[in-house]
Formats: sequence, structure tokens, C-alpha cells
Amino acid sequence: MRLARQGDDEAYRRLLGQVAIWLRAVVRRGLASAGRGPAESEDIVQEALLAVHLKRETWDASRPIGPWLRAIAQHKLADHLRRRGFHDHLDIDEWSNAPELAVEVEAPAAIDSRRMLASLPDRQRTIVQEISLEGHTAADVAARLGMTEGAVRVALHRALKSLAAFYRREQP
Amino acid sequence: MKTDQLVDALVADGGAASPIARLLLLALAAGVALSLVVFFLTLGIRPDIGPALETWRFDLKIVTALLGLVLAFGVCRDCARPDMPPHPLRRLLPLLALIVLAVAVELVLVPEAAWRQRLIGSNSLICLPMVPILSLAPLAVVLWMLRRAAPASPALAGAAAGFMAALSGATLYAFHCFDDSPLFVATWYSLAVLGMTAVGAWLGPKLLRW
Repeated sequence: MRLARQGDDEAYRRLLGQVAIWLRAVVRRGLASAGRGPAESEDIVQEALLAVHLKRETWDASRPIGPWLRAIAQHKLADHLRRRGFHDHLDIDEWSNAPELAVEVEAPAAIDSRRMLASLPDRQRTIVQEISLEGHTAADVAARLGMTEGAVRVALHRALKSLAAFYRREQP
Repeated sequence: MKTDQLVDALVADGGAASPIARLLLLALAAGVALSLVVFFLTLGIRPDIGPALETWRFDLKIVTALLGLVLAFGVCRDCARPDMPPHPLRRLLPLLALIVLAVAVELVLVPEAAWRQRLIGSNSLICLPMVPILSLAPLAVVLWMLRRAAPASPALAGAAAGFMAALSGATLYAFHCFDDSPLFVATWYSLAVLGMTAVGAWLGPKLLRW
């Protein structure tokens, strides 16, 4: 995360990849202890991953990152369960320190991503699709759409914030 | 969308970030700058500022407000984080101690017959509305910045923002106010600050959920 803050994209990708694997394990165990199956787990993983990204300014670089990640995972998991009518207190500390249970294989996300993307304005939707689904870089997308790279990044950032809001509203 | 694809989008958005403490400091500075304009347009510094600076009561009033502002900033920064450290309010103990001490000294120095007059002062009806008015801009800017944060408790973070904003308003107002007695400050300033803290606590859950 320290490297990522200085703009090291590869370090950031590695970090998010590892965080996703860790989140998957934490979220499945959290769902299991709330008596729920893993069907919604990937939605929560993605929502928490978005929060890790959008809220990365709140991590204090002088402190270990583990408790910060745990707090975000716990918040998103509790929030998800509360929206589905589960009110007991969940303490993820009991089961979040178990890397041997990490699940590498991801389940399909339950929230329909087409519907999620459809909630975005056209321009933002195109940018998210080109970058995430088709794997283009921001510079490529900018050239194809005739925008500056900065404008693509701004639109992408807005789109990510809208997606985070979409997860918060979603009540399947 | 697959999680790997989401990661691609997040990396494309970039990992660079400035720490939330710096952002909050900028927000507070911007809010106080706006309030300074309001302050000079409506109240202005008291005309006898020179002699006032040489009295310990005035200086103590300013020091108390500034100490409160600095401590409140620490609380606000702690409350902005998802992994809020335990007992953030402990940071405020020095402020409480200073106020209690100042009130005790004043009660010893001033004869009992004059307590009432010192407590009521001459300005309480201006103090009560003006401290909140001078904290409106800081509160708005700080709350807006806190929307980028991830507070463990939105209500607590809102209250901390209201408290910090009120102390910045109180610091400005203190340069106008003629009532320097710790009895007056501990009563009316505190009432105004607590009022804004309550406003922040009410707004927090509405604005700061994430």
C-alpha cells in the first residue's frame, strides 16, 4: 500500500489481488457464522474491495494495515447482513486470522453486473467496460473516445463511487 | 463483473492518495478562512485588543479555545478511520482539566458577590448565536471532506466535526468578546460548542455512511 500510494500500479494490483483472496475467506466464514451460504460472498468481496480503494486515504501509513482492512471487512459484512435483516453482532476477529482457509476460487457475483453498469451514465459505463471487462488502459480508452486521459480517470473515479453507492442501495 | 476485472478498474483509477489528516486540515483551514470573512464583516476584533492581550484572563480564554481546537482535530482525525483507536475522547482530558482549573482560580480570586455578574457577563446573547454562526462554514467543509473518509461511527465522526468546527468558531469569537472571565467562558462558550457538537452528531449518520 505504501508503494501504491506513491503511484506503483503493479504493487497496487498485487495488494488488491491478495486482499481479495483474504476478503473471500473472511466473508465466507462471516456468512457461515450468520447461517448463510456463500452465494452473496463475491458481492461483499467486491463491495469491500471498492471501499478499500475509495477509502484508502483513511489508512494511516504509520500503522499496520491489517486492523484497517479488518475494520472495513467487518463494516461491509455487517452492513450487508443488516440490509438482509440480520441484527446479531458479528466479531470477525475470531475468524479473520486464518489464512490457511483462503479461498482462491471466486464464486460468480450475484448482483447482475449488467444492471449495475446500466445504472451508470453512458460515458462512465463505456469507460468501466473498456477498462475492466476488456482490459484496456486508461490511455487507450482516452484515445478511442477522443477524451484526455485525465478526463477518463475522473469519469472512472466517479463511476467507481457510483458503483459503491449501488451496492449500498442493493437489496436482493 | 468478476473481481479481477474490478481490480483492473481500481488499479486504473490509481493507488496514489493523500492521508486523510492532511485533507481534514485543509478542509478546516478553508472553513476558517470563510468564517474569518464573516467575522470581520459582522463583529471584528474588540477595539481594546492591545490592553486585553496583557490580561491573563483574555490570554487564557484564547489559549483554552486553541488547545480545544488542536485536541478536537486529533479526535476528528481518529473518528474518520474505520479502525478508530479506542477511547478517542481521552484526548480531550487536558482541555477539561484546563477549564476546571481556570474556573477554580477565578472562584478563589473573585469575591462571591461578583460571581453572578461575571457568569452572566455582558455578551452572552451574542456569544450563543455567534459561535455557532462562525462554525457553520468549517462544519460544512469538514463534513464534506469526511464523506471521503470511512468513519467507524458516523454519529461520532459527525459530533467530532461539529465539536472541532465550534472550537474554531469560538476561537474567532473570543477575539471579539469582552467577557474574559473563565466563569463566562466555561458556561456560554461550552453551551454553544455542545450545541454544535449535537448538530454534528445529528448530521453524521445522514451524511457519513459508507
